[in-house]
Amino acid sequence: MLDLKGELDAHTAPELEAAIEKCRDEQKYSLIINGAALQYISSAGLGVFMAYIEEMREAGGDIKIAALQPKVFNVFDLLGFPLLFDIVEDEAEALERFDKAPS
Amino acid sequence: MARTIHSTTIPSSTTYLGDVRSFIEKYARRASLPEPQVEQMKIAVDEACTNVIEHAYKNEEGHQIDLAIIIEPERFIVRIRDSGVAFQRSEYEEPDLVSFVKRRKSGGFGVHIMHRLMDEVEYNTVGRFNECCLIKKRATTNGTH
Repeated sequence: MLDLKGELDAHTAPELEAAIEKCRDEQKYSLIINGAALQYISSAGLGVFMAYIEEMREAGGDIKIAALQPKVFNVFDLLGFPLLFDIVEDEAEALERFDKAPS
Repeated sequence: MARTIHSTTIPSSTTYLGDVRSFIEKYARRASLPEPQVEQMKIAVDEACTNVIEHAYKNEEGHQIDLAIIIEPERFIVRIRDSGVAFQRSEYEEPDLVSFVKRRKSGGFGVHIMHRLMDEVEYNTVGRFNECCLIKKRATTNGTH
């Protein structure tokens, strides 16, 4: 579970990248990103999810994105993220979807 | 024709992207842009500045980015100038999320976002400067575009 807070741009994206890499190195491939406190995202932030989703799925996991504020969701939507990513209402729904997924 | 200009200069580092967004937000709100458009302006300018830092200046610090907000009765314009390597439209690849994800590509969406969010995006060369203008039409007083 990763909680995002504040603004995700080209300056702060490396922090998220490092956090996801840490999870991967610890062989945690099923990630829930909680975006409730995320105020802003640019394409540099979205790029981090793009770069790792395939790897996590190949390892049997996923990156599920939960609780985005509408203005932040709009940016995900603009690039067609809802087609490729599991974007859910809240953490509970993300957990539920991990449970249901065939392992 | 009434025209107001606000300008600022930032160093070529992503450290200042937050300052750029605050600058845009302040004047976009003051120009009474609706809140969703304020947000769109901030993202488009962030993407343009990020591209200047990463591509025009190749992540080298010590260069300058000049920003000007030009407010006209019918348009809200942000002009971004740099003196780095010019953006080559011919080398621009229209992004496809599915193939980018397959290739584990993490960038390349900035220009696409700018075009999606703005009414117009213009690229010019002015002397030794590259210029990108992000243009949003303002709603006129009778409520139409």
